Amino acid sequence: MISLGIESTAWNFSVGVVSEDEVIALEGEAYSPKEGGIHPREAAQHHSEVAGKILSRIFRKISPDEIDVFSFSQGPGMGPCLRVGATVARALALKLEKPLVGVNHCLAHVEIGKWLTEAKDPVTLYVSGGNSQIIARRGRRYRVFGETLDIGIGNAIDKLARYMGLKHPGGPKIEKLAEKGTGYIEMPYVVKGMDFSFSGIVTHAMKLFDEGYRAEDIAFSFQETAFAMLVEVTERAMAYLDRNECLLVGGVGANRRLQEMLRLMCHDRNADFHAPPSEYMGDNGAMIAYTGLVMLKHGIRTEVQNSQVRPDFRIEEVEILW
Amino acid sequence: MVKTVLGGEAEVRIHEMFVEKERISKRYRIRELDDRLRKKRTTSEAKIISAARRAGVPTPIILDVEDCKIVMERIDGEAVRNVINREIAVKIGKNVAKLHSAGIVHGDLTPMNMILKNDLVYFVDFGLAYYDERIEAKGIDIHVFYEALKADFDNWDELWDGFLKGYSRYEKFDEVIDRFREIEMRGRYVEKSENSQ
Repeated sequence: MISLGIESTAWNFSVGVVSEDEVIALEGEAYSPKEGGIHPREAAQHHSEVAGKILSRIFRKISPDEIDVFSFSQGPGMGPCLRVGATVARALALKLEKPLVGVNHCLAHVEIGKWLTEAKDPVTLYVSGGNSQIIARRGRRYRVFGETLDIGIGNAIDKLARYMGLKHPGGPKIEKLAEKGTGYIEMPYVVKGMDFSFSGIVTHAMKLFDEGYRAEDIAFSFQETAFAMLVEVTERAMAYLDRNECLLVGGVGANRRLQEMLRLMCHDRNADFHAPPSEYMGDNGAMIAYTGLVMLKHGIRTEVQNSQVRPDFRIEEVEILW
Repeated sequence: MVKTVLGGEAEVRIHEMFVEKERISKRYRIRELDDRLRKKRTTSEAKIISAARRAGVPTPIILDVEDCKIVMERIDGEAVRNVINREIAVKIGKNVAKLHSAGIVHGDLTPMNMILKNDLVYFVDFGLAYYDERIEAKGIDIHVFYEALKADFDNWDELWDGFLKGYSRYEKFDEVIDRFREIEMRGRYVEKSENSQ
C-alpha cells in the first residue's frame, strides 16, 4: 500500500509518500516570516502558492495512479494553514477516487518516531513551536501526561531569539549561542505537577538581555532551565508508568543539548533513548502519510463531508486500533 | 535496622524513630540548577508538610531540614494500601478537602503515600506538592487518586464513593468534580469524537 500525506499545520508545507517499508518521497517548503512570528494567513498564502510546485516534484518520483490513500493533517494547528492541506488532499482523493484520511498531527509525530526507531511503547516528549507534551499510550488511547500551560517551547525560543535580534528560525541560533555560554544565570523554573510553563522564563530572559547580560549566557541559561523542566516531567512520567523507553519528537528535538540531557536521564534509570533522524523530527508530510496508511489498514477513513479541519484536535480523541 | 527506599526524586531512609528523605542529584541538570532545585524543593516540602498539618491533615512532624535533606518523625502504622476500606477512604477525602482549602495540591495522591495510625490517615509524602489555586490542578489531583484506586482495588467504586463523601466538604467540590469529569473525558473515555474519524 502506498500513502501520500500532506502536512500544513503551521510553517511548513510538506508532502510525503511512504509504503509500509520506507519513505519513497518527501518534498516541502517552509514559510519564513519577514519579521515577527508566523502570521497564519500569510503562511496559508505561502502554502497555497507552493502546493502545486511541491506536488509536481512528488509526482516526478511516483505516479499519482500508484497512490492508494491520501492523508492530511487535520489538526491541531492554525486553521487557515490546515485548510490548504485539507483542500489539496480532498481534491486529489476525489479526482483519483481514492480514500481520504484525516490524521491527528501529534499522533503522526509519535507514530513516525516509533516507525523509524526501535521504540515499542515509549514515553514520548513532543516538542515543537506550538506544542510541548509528554505522551504515552494507555490501552487504546494515547494520553497526555504533562504539557505546557501556556506557549510551546519552540515559540518560547523563537520569541527570545527575535528579541535578541536573531533571524528566523531562532532555534539553531540559540543553540549555537548557548554552546558558548559560560555563566549560568538563575531563571524561573516552573513545573506544576506534571505541567510546565515557559512564558515567565521568556520574559525574564528578555529582561536580562535589556540589562546587558551576554547573549551567550542568556541562551545557555535559558536552554538549561527550560530543557530541565521538560526532562524532569518526562522522567516522572516514565517512573509513574514504569516505562523504560523514551522517544523524542518534534522540531525542537533536533537540539543536541536536549538530546544529551534526555540520554543522560535515560542512562541513569536504565532506559533506552530514541530519536528519529532530524528530517523526520520537525513537521513533515511523511509522518502524515505513514499514520494515514496505518489508519486506513485498520479501516479508518474520512468521508469528505467529515473532513473539516480541527484546530483544537487532541491526541486523546483518537482511538488507537493498532 | 535502616530500610532504604529509592524513589524517582529522593532516597528515603527509614530509621526506628525517624525518617530521612534526601533529594538526589540529577546528572542531566547543570550543577547550579540542580543544587538550587533540590534545596528549594526540600525547604518547600518541609513548609508544605507543616502547612498541611496546620490545615488539620495528619502529617509527620519535621525534626530537621538541612540542604537537600528532611528529617521527620516516623509514622509507625499500617500502610493504607493494605487496610483501605470505605471508612478510611472517607477520611482520605476529608484530608484532601483540607489540603485544597489551604491551596495545597498534593501532586501524588495514592494509598501508597498514606499511613493509618490511631485511626488517623497520615499523609507522609509531599514531594510533588505545590501551591495552586486553579480548579484544573485540583481536578487532576483527585483524578490521580481515582486512577490509583481503579488500578489497585477491586472494590474501587466503593472506595471512590467514600472518598467523594469526605471530599464533599470542600467548598469548591462541585466545580472540581465538573472539572474531574472533563479530565476523564479528555482521557480514555472520549466517546463523542468516535464518529468523527
